Amino acid sequence: MSFLEYAPAPESQAILNLRSEYGLFIDGEFREGHGTPFASISPATEKHVATIAHADASDVDAAVAAARRAYDRTWSRMSGANRGKYLFRIARLVQERSRELAVAESLDNGKPIKESRDVDVPLVAAWFFYYAGWADKLDHVGLGAAPAPLGVAAQVIPWNFPLLMLAWKIAPALAAGNTVVLKPAETTSLTALLFAEIVQQADLPPGVVNIITGAGETGAALVGHGDVDKVAFTGSTSVGRAIAKQVAGTSKKLTLELGGKAANIVFDDAPIDQAIEGIVNGIFFNQGHVCCAGSRLLVQESIHDEVIDRLKTRLSTLRLGDPLDKNTDIGAINSAEQLERIRELSDVGEAEGAERWTAACTIPENGFWYAPTIFTNVSTSHRIAREEIFGPVLSVLTFRTPAEAIAKANNTPYGLSAGIWTDKGSRILAVADKLRAGVVWANTFNRFDPSSPFGGYKESGYGREGGRHGIAAYLKTAAPAAAVAPAPARKTVSKGATK
Amino acid sequence: MTRLAVPKTYKLYIGGAFPRSESGRTYEIVSAKGAFLANAAKASRKDARDAVVAARAAVGGWSGATAYNRGQVLYRIAELLEGRRAQFVAEIVDAEGVSAAAANAQVDTAIDRWVWYAGWTDKYAQVAGNANPVSGPYFNISVPEPTGVVAIIAPQDSSLLGLVSAVAPALVAGNTVVVVASETLPLSAISLAEVLATSDVPKGVVNVLTGSPAEIAPWLASHQDVNALDLVGAGALDWIDLQIAAADTLKRVLPPENGPDAAAPSLDRITAFVETKTVWHTKGLI
Amino acid sequence: MTSTQIVPGERAVALLGGEANDANLRRYLHGIPGVDAVGLEQRAAGLGTRSIKTTSKAWALDRIIGLVDLTTLEGADTPGKVRSLVAKAVTPDPADPSCPRVAAVCVYGDMVPHAVQALGSAHGDPDQGKIAVAAVATAFPSGRSSRSIKLEDTADAVAAGADEIDMVIDRGAFLAGRFGQVYDEIVAVKEACRRPDGTYAHLKVILETGELNTYDNVRRASWLGILAGGDFIKTSTGKVAPAATLPVTLLMLEVVRDWHRLSGEKVGVKPAGGIRASKDAIKYLVTVAETVGEEWLTPHLFRFGASSLLNDVLLQRQKMTTGHYSGPDYVTID
Repeated sequence: MSFLEYAPAPESQAILNLRSEYGLFIDGEFREGHGTPFASISPATEKHVATIAHADASDVDAAVAAARRAYDRTWSRMSGANRGKYLFRIARLVQERSRELAVAESLDNGKPIKESRDVDVPLVAAWFFYYAGWADKLDHVGLGAAPAPLGVAAQVIPWNFPLLMLAWKIAPALAAGNTVVLKPAETTSLTALLFAEIVQQADLPPGVVNIITGAGETGAALVGHGDVDKVAFTGSTSVGRAIAKQVAGTSKKLTLELGGKAANIVFDDAPIDQAIEGIVNGIFFNQGHVCCAGSRLLVQESIHDEVIDRLKTRLSTLRLGDPLDKNTDIGAINSAEQLERIRELSDVGEAEGAERWTAACTIPENGFWYAPTIFTNVSTSHRIAREEIFGPVLSVLTFRTPAEAIAKANNTPYGLSAGIWTDKGSRILAVADKLRAGVVWANTFNRFDPSSPFGGYKESGYGREGGRHGIAAYLKTAAPAAAVAPAPARKTVSKGATK
Repeated sequence: MTRLAVPKTYKLYIGGAFPRSESGRTYEIVSAKGAFLANAAKASRKDARDAVVAARAAVGGWSGATAYNRGQVLYRIAELLEGRRAQFVAEIVDAEGVSAAAANAQVDTAIDRWVWYAGWTDKYAQVAGNANPVSGPYFNISVPEPTGVVAIIAPQDSSLLGLVSAVAPALVAGNTVVVVASETLPLSAISLAEVLATSDVPKGVVNVLTGSPAEIAPWLASHQDVNALDLVGAGALDWIDLQIAAADTLKRVLPPENGPDAAAPSLDRITAFVETKTVWHTKGLI
Repeated sequence: MTSTQIVPGERAVALLGGEANDANLRRYLHGIPGVDAVGLEQRAAGLGTRSIKTTSKAWALDRIIGLVDLTTLEGADTPGKVRSLVAKAVTPDPADPSCPRVAAVCVYGDMVPHAVQALGSAHGDPDQGKIAVAAVATAFPSGRSSRSIKLEDTADAVAAGADEIDMVIDRGAFLAGRFGQVYDEIVAVKEACRRPDGTYAHLKVILETGELNTYDNVRRASWLGILAGGDFIKTSTGKVAPAATLPVTLLMLEVVRDWHRLSGEKVGVKPAGGIRASKDAIKYLVTVAETVGEEWLTPHLFRFGASSLLNDVLLQRQKMTTGHYSGPDYVTID
């Protein structure tokens, strides 16, 4: 037998106790939506997972109204210490139900269980734990004493890290004293609804967290709602642009975490084996459905062939298949639509003259799959070097000097993340200085932490999530512009004109 | 016989030079009492384009200068303003029709505000940045950096103070600026440009356009190589349209402000036009 | 048993572009890309999350047994102790004749005759289902004696019937940058492994990674050991903590992989010391398979230096066979 064909090691689904239908979570309870319910399927099998309610405009109204009531009557009046204790409760409940959440996430999203189990869900708990502690320390956020919450936050999140993006949104909003209406992505509502159960278990006051499900128009109705004070969106740059236009002229505060086309720069003195791992982790983590994915590999020309050779060898050990198998490295593409986009852009890459290499993988019969793919001979003008593919597809470009690497890395309207691989500390710092990206990973990639601000430059959006910056995005100063103004009194020290 | 005065030709300030508008247009600037003061250049969209090109070219040098150096350069402006205060006072008295005392007060405040901001260059990063205690063997630090080219519609009801209040904070972090001056009170802006031109501020760091904000602002709002838009003085324009135009490239936008406190000095005006960059590095002993 | 017939001096000269002296070795070893400790440890931890179940686990447990160098290296060792060890090596699980034998027994040099005698007809090439005798040599574990003593130590063990010599490198010389001295000593020990018939005892080069301390040093020492003609590179003596770790073993496997890419030659790896649980040993198998390939999981290319590991594997094996959890009274002590 071949040892490397590890026997199946599926994570048990017995831990899941899913309902066949899920309603909207408004004002502390599940209720039916007024839109037509839709099916959520598992992208690995195309099998039905649950029927999800569809919120229409009246449901959005109800959810925003519930959030407003909860804000006015309860949450904004509660002590920070008590808000914090609720968030600590949520953090603990997430930990307690972590395996269940991980299984649900992999089932619904298609990501490998090892990622949902070891990355997504632990970070969700960490995010709530981190922001719980901020709730009674808002004076130290950096906005002066007693900063005020904004009110009702409308939050729209993507399908690539469903529960983690929920945590990124909800934890700081609640810690700051806002109430929220959150809309998960249409294809990945499940864990948000399990989270609603956690909210119930935590006995959070009704209306503080509302989860409404639906597609794009539900999100647009939420973002455009007149009684919303804050809009936070993570997703594509095109939708982010539309939201920025939608809220133009309003007093809604806006944070956007959008697309990316990150350069992962490998210098010839890089710790090579770790760099290979970093390249793999950078683009094949979560099937490349990562806004900060290292989708453009910039490798120094002198080591190009060696890096590609090693990379191909390494990719041949990646295991594609059942997301619930504990040995799966590459899970399913989240939807047929996304798969189509990946295929289309890859075909364009080939047509443009880039050289395509795909790891030998057995593709399962059902479900949506895309084998890890590398394009070499890519130039900066190719579409696969410019457009976000959001899939397991790596475009490889070369450079000769650090200056060229920086220029190529920055040659994009995006600016979310970047990677640097070199053994030379001074070069890391200098290159990091010059990269126009909100997160720079040096000799590592795709690391996330609740204390670490995350967000983009340029068309990758604005605002930061994580850390002190992340909670500041949900607060305003108590007395705008008063505290920092210099004393107006002046003693004349002029040497010139007198008057 | 009294000496005949030599009046000044007020031109644009782009890339360290004082060109006329490429369109050849000027418009008449009159005093508060309606007397002719000057023919100011009426900038066109192409002048705005040139200004953005100049501002972009200056980003590397200005943002790459040390914070200490930027502080000194900005402080130097305050010194020069102090030396030419009589000129500014006279311009303000003429243009705004205020008393000499009021004009003096405006100049004083403008100079002091410039000094206040100059002192921030090497401090704001310490206040707005962070060392982050991430859970793992990493060095992790968040530092603010300039966003790039900032287009500013200056407050329209102030000759000098509004302009300074909007321009100085944008410069602190290392951004470069294209500012559209007050349409009716533009002369102090050009006089400020003359101060900048004779100071140590590199060419292109500040570019001053005079003319019609309504005409120029849309070109700046939609310009793809502009990173941020300060609409502080755009209250009378179709500023929602400007925001919508700015959204196409997801510019960072500050809304219009009205009243005498418009663009009041604050750290927020500095951090509005910075990007927080977080750098991770592994920490390994062995 | 057979051994690679490489002339280490020639390949070193070819690679270094000159004699294997301090300067050339330093230039070469310091030209190898560095190791990022965090990334290496993360990769190892990632490999450690592989879930090996059912048929794969059954295969893995048997394979682990077949890769064990069952070891006793105590000052209190006696012929009786060695006989007992050999009996365990030959019949790890008396209740289950299908249980494979270990690869080798590993003893001090003076115990080699007793091991050879006790093995009798079972003595031989582990690739042929027999059990080899490995002897530690060269003033194991510290290596602090004169060159001549080390060589004599080696020659004695080979003459007494040792099939494999586990030598220690001079860590002091390595850390002081005297790479040439380390290299020369390995070459000399290799020569002392030569039998009268011209064949060589297999040479395992113990780096004592716990004393080399840094991953960069481990990587350089691995290259040095291979350049000088080692058939195996081995992590540790078991007398210094930390002994074998998964990241260190991964790193050594990466060197072996790179050497194979460069030369086409296959060098073995032996993590030793500290591997006590089957679960951990399976992580090593995964690491080998996914780093250098599954073909390395044979006795002439991979070994575990262990003693208590064997019984834990047997307990797991019994669980898989019977479906019940076993206990320490159902496996033998040696």
